[in-house]
Amino acid sequence: MTSGVLSVPQERLEALLADYDREIARRRWRSLAVLAVLAVLSVVAGYFGEVDLGNLAKHISNFTSYFGRILPKLSYSHFGADVEDWYWNLGGWPRLLLDTILIAYLGTLLGGVGAFVLAFLAAANVAPNNALRWGIKRLFEFCRTVPDLVFALMFVSAFGLGPFAGILAIAIHTFGTLGKLFTEVIENIDMKPIEAVRAAGSRFVEAMRFAALPQVLPGFASYTLLRFEINVRSGSVVGMVGAGGIGQDLFVAIRKFYYTDVSAILLMIIITVAAIDLVTERIRHRVAGREVKR
Amino acid sequence: MNPRRPIFAGDPSEVLGRHRGLLEASPLQRVTSVAGPLGLLALTVFAVWWLAIPFSQIGPGLILLVKFISLMFPPSTGGHLALIMTAMGETLAIAFLGTMIASIVAVPISFLAARNTSPSGILRFVVRRCLDTIRGVDALIWALVFVGVVGLGPFAGVLAIAVSDTGALGKLFSEAIEATEERARESVVASGGTGWLAVRFGLLPQVLPIVAGQVLYFFESNVRSATIIGIVGAGGIGLQLSEQIRTYDFDQVAFVVILILVTVSAIDWISGKLRFAIIGRRAVA
Repeated sequence: MTSGVLSVPQERLEALLADYDREIARRRWRSLAVLAVLAVLSVVAGYFGEVDLGNLAKHISNFTSYFGRILPKLSYSHFGADVEDWYWNLGGWPRLLLDTILIAYLGTLLGGVGAFVLAFLAAANVAPNNALRWGIKRLFEFCRTVPDLVFALMFVSAFGLGPFAGILAIAIHTFGTLGKLFTEVIENIDMKPIEAVRAAGSRFVEAMRFAALPQVLPGFASYTLLRFEINVRSGSVVGMVGAGGIGQDLFVAIRKFYYTDVSAILLMIIITVAAIDLVTERIRHRVAGREVKR
Repeated sequence: MNPRRPIFAGDPSEVLGRHRGLLEASPLQRVTSVAGPLGLLALTVFAVWWLAIPFSQIGPGLILLVKFISLMFPPSTGGHLALIMTAMGETLAIAFLGTMIASIVAVPISFLAARNTSPSGILRFVVRRCLDTIRGVDALIWALVFVGVVGLGPFAGVLAIAVSDTGALGKLFSEAIEATEERARESVVASGGTGWLAVRFGLLPQVLPIVAGQVLYFFESNVRSATIIGIVGAGGIGLQLSEQIRTYDFDQVAFVVILILVTVSAIDWISGKLRFAIIGRRAVA
């Protein structure tokens, strides 16, 4: 009975098992080598990063108690008055939050329009000129690698404090990231419609308008909405260097230890971002659904 | 044998009448195609009015900006080459350690947050909302908080990146776990494996390549974010950069920006190769 199941000769089986063990050992060694490299890099990085676990252990209670301190003191007996006390600045904060959202909106719009125009010239499959394409790709790369706060700092120096610097900084960063994403969307389209429109005698602009645009529009819309949500978040940060929005108040609250203000502002930002996330996700799904139906 | 025999001999308008729904936009589509752009335009006008965009400042500001840019050439180290290079090393160290800690912490959390591995629905909901909240706060704000906890220096930056990335990676990992093929796990269980063995041999091999790819991607993006958290005193090159901008040393700004560009593209190149190697191995397996 057993010979029917185990038909491999003993010496052959031993050779196979030895091969298997060798293969497993090789993979173990490789995993160990990767782990060792990561460990060495971690130690080097820990040295450069001045990691001090003793310091962390000593002060970690600060971190946990920080959250205790930023939480408002709400009591059941006079809940209304406590909330009113917590959100004492209801005249100012919602306005600043609206500022932040509008900064993100204008930044996304400006950057998105710029990326929309240039992405067609940067996509490998449709670009009319290779040198131009290379230049635009490097421009996208530059705009998304230089941090938006650096642009914000420079624009605050040039245009003065206020939301305009923030809008420009976010617009430039959005231009870089959306430009790259849009280019990739265009590079993934079906080329047959373009050939058809070209064969019918159209030039670059018409080919893009009637053959490429209908294919890429859902992807563009989806990425732009996603970017808008990210920009609302970074819009709350550029305020820290004086470029408008709620970031300034948050920065002051954290630095000056106005604990309950920190939680009040953060909660407003988190709820706003979550709400925008929810709405844009709905729209994104609808846009993507329409694409599938085609 | 008429070569120009019409393919279709009927009345075109009659065909158009039969398929009007396919060829023409519905009233709703017409309304939205006009109202959508109009709404965006109205919002733009409102935003420009609400934010009181100072159009009179744009001209002088641009002139100033051109002056800044002309001051950038030639880029110079200002005699602080060693300082700048150390700060750049610090930035890389912050990004690397932050990503490492975040990915190690995020793995167990993601098992709790994934639908197919979470022990209870309530726990999963709570973990997910916690991850959302962590992600909702920008890394720069975490950096400010940690500067208050461990003091000024790169360690605060490491912790800030680790915390904010735990939120993002935890979500992405749990989505990767949810997208795995159940059958591999079932087969391990069917041949007598325990729950732990099912995860090790049925789930992990499917998840690991995706996770490794995402970790590399986050390392790239963290090198970019680690360049700015120095602005709030959490170590790295951001401190130098913001000081140089504030003191109008634009030749040094240009040098640091070029250094960042070169470093980031080098990291992108290396991790692109690594990602391809990992995903290639998955395709073979």
